[in-house]
Amino acid sequence: MKYILMMNTMKLGGATFPGWSRKDIEAHIAFMMRVNHELRESGELVSAEGLAFPDQAKLVRAGKDGEPVTDGVFPESKEFLAGYWIVDVDAAERAYAIAARVSAAPGPSGAPLNMPIEVRPVMSAPPAEFI
Amino acid sequence: MPELLDERSEGLFRELAPQVLGAVVRRFHDFPAAEDAVQESLLAASLRWPREGVPENPRGWLIQVAARRMIDTVRSEQARRRRETEASLEADRLTPAVDADTETDQDDTLTLFFMCCHPSLTPSSAIALTLRAVGGLRTAEISRAFLVPEATLAQRISRAKQVIKNSGIPFQLPTAEEREQRLRAVLHVLYLIFNEGYTSSGGPQLQRLEMSREAIRLARSLHALAPNDAESAGLLALMLLTDARRAARTGPDGELIPLTKQDRTRWDQAEISEGVGLLTAALAKGSIGAYQLQAAIAAVHDEAATVEDTDWPQILALYELLTRMSDNPMVALNHAVACAMVHGPSKGLEQLKALDSDPRMSRHHRLDAVRAHLLEMACDYQGAITHYRIAASRTTSTPERNYLLTQAARLSEKA
Repeated sequence: MKYILMMNTMKLGGATFPGWSRKDIEAHIAFMMRVNHELRESGELVSAEGLAFPDQAKLVRAGKDGEPVTDGVFPESKEFLAGYWIVDVDAAERAYAIAARVSAAPGPSGAPLNMPIEVRPVMSAPPAEFI
Repeated sequence: MPELLDERSEGLFRELAPQVLGAVVRRFHDFPAAEDAVQESLLAASLRWPREGVPENPRGWLIQVAARRMIDTVRSEQARRRRETEASLEADRLTPAVDADTETDQDDTLTLFFMCCHPSLTPSSAIALTLRAVGGLRTAEISRAFLVPEATLAQRISRAKQVIKNSGIPFQLPTAEEREQRLRAVLHVLYLIFNEGYTSSGGPQLQRLEMSREAIRLARSLHALAPNDAESAGLLALMLLTDARRAARTGPDGELIPLTKQDRTRWDQAEISEGVGLLTAALAKGSIGAYQLQAAIAAVHDEAATVEDTDWPQILALYELLTRMSDNPMVALNHAVACAMVHGPSKGLEQLKALDSDPRMSRHHRLDAVRAHLLEMACDYQGAITHYRIAASRTTSTPERNYLLTQAARLSEKA
């Protein structure tokens, strides 16, 4: 069963790790790389991507002729998607356990961040036959 | 690359894969390494045979190449150890002899089935390992079918092999006492592969169809190796009788078509008659099991020329037998449908109540889908719409969700 783990982070004005020490930033990055390595080793990683900061985002809509009309990001959105993992696991509980591990990524002074991770099934099940 | 092999050589190759692996494992006593070596010999064959032609003794050729690879591995391992401990080389292991009789080959293939479907493996590991070690599929092919990166799948297989190695499972057939239970585990893995493949649409269509074909091929091979096991025959029959309806299960845009609305002229009559033949022979053996009963139910559907001809009382009787045999809530669910078809929707709905308190089913989309269907039969359209929508929000299959949402919308227009 495939699940997506979405890491939503509070919008922090586009700054990368504001106010973190170099050591804390390095520890955080090393932790994330370790998690990805472990998921590859366990045969569960489908994909993992980090996204550019929200100041790089554009909102796009179709204009009158179907031409793209771009807009900046709405300032009112408080959270943004920082990155995601897609994992292929034997049970939902395992996806939750991975999410909890990611959630506890180290922050300033190595304290766990306990970020909210949204876990949702990916539509990948084979359909049954209906009567 | 592998694509260059014609269908006949590809078939040969896949059939030889477990025999070659068996021979190499018996010689070197190292399943994980032997499995890698055989994959390399298969790859070498796929590169060379199209150019140079299939060798006179393809089986021997593959064993030679795999054995040479094993020797290289053992040597470099020995060299590594020698650097550490000055250990000496066991020369007798390094003499490849290419001989084996058919009987050993058959036992080897069966032993591999038991090994790759060992209960100590998780289902996803057992599936991947069986497809590679017994099915002779390449990691890339399996990873494409399951839509996971090749590196991830390779890792899954390598971990599965490590589990087998660490738990010290010997390369031999299980004892007579264990055999029955271990065979059930093999059948379950093949059933899971088939279900993965028995899909219709939505992206990975083609790859998954190949998985159901592969499951049928493996079940055929298992049935040939264990011809007296009625359940192995029952599983093969179930696969054929289900697969027979595949072309009719989906519409032109990949939408699901329920059993009652399928164009029955598109059902595969050859598969149906083969399935019925297998099932009849299996039932005559007298040890009736769950796969045979499910195959019998599929056969009753397949043999009805129109929906109205469906012998629902017989299906209900078969589900009653099946309910007594297994505690599977899906069986209870289908039993309720059959009951509704024979005794009316209110009887079926009554039976569903018991499943509401079953933690395995209470939040399962199939329970809501069946309830919606029976409520619609009972002309409670509002109730049916509600449950079609709940089912749609709980399923993790896109074609199912589309189907359920369409059902709800159709009823909303009617109401």
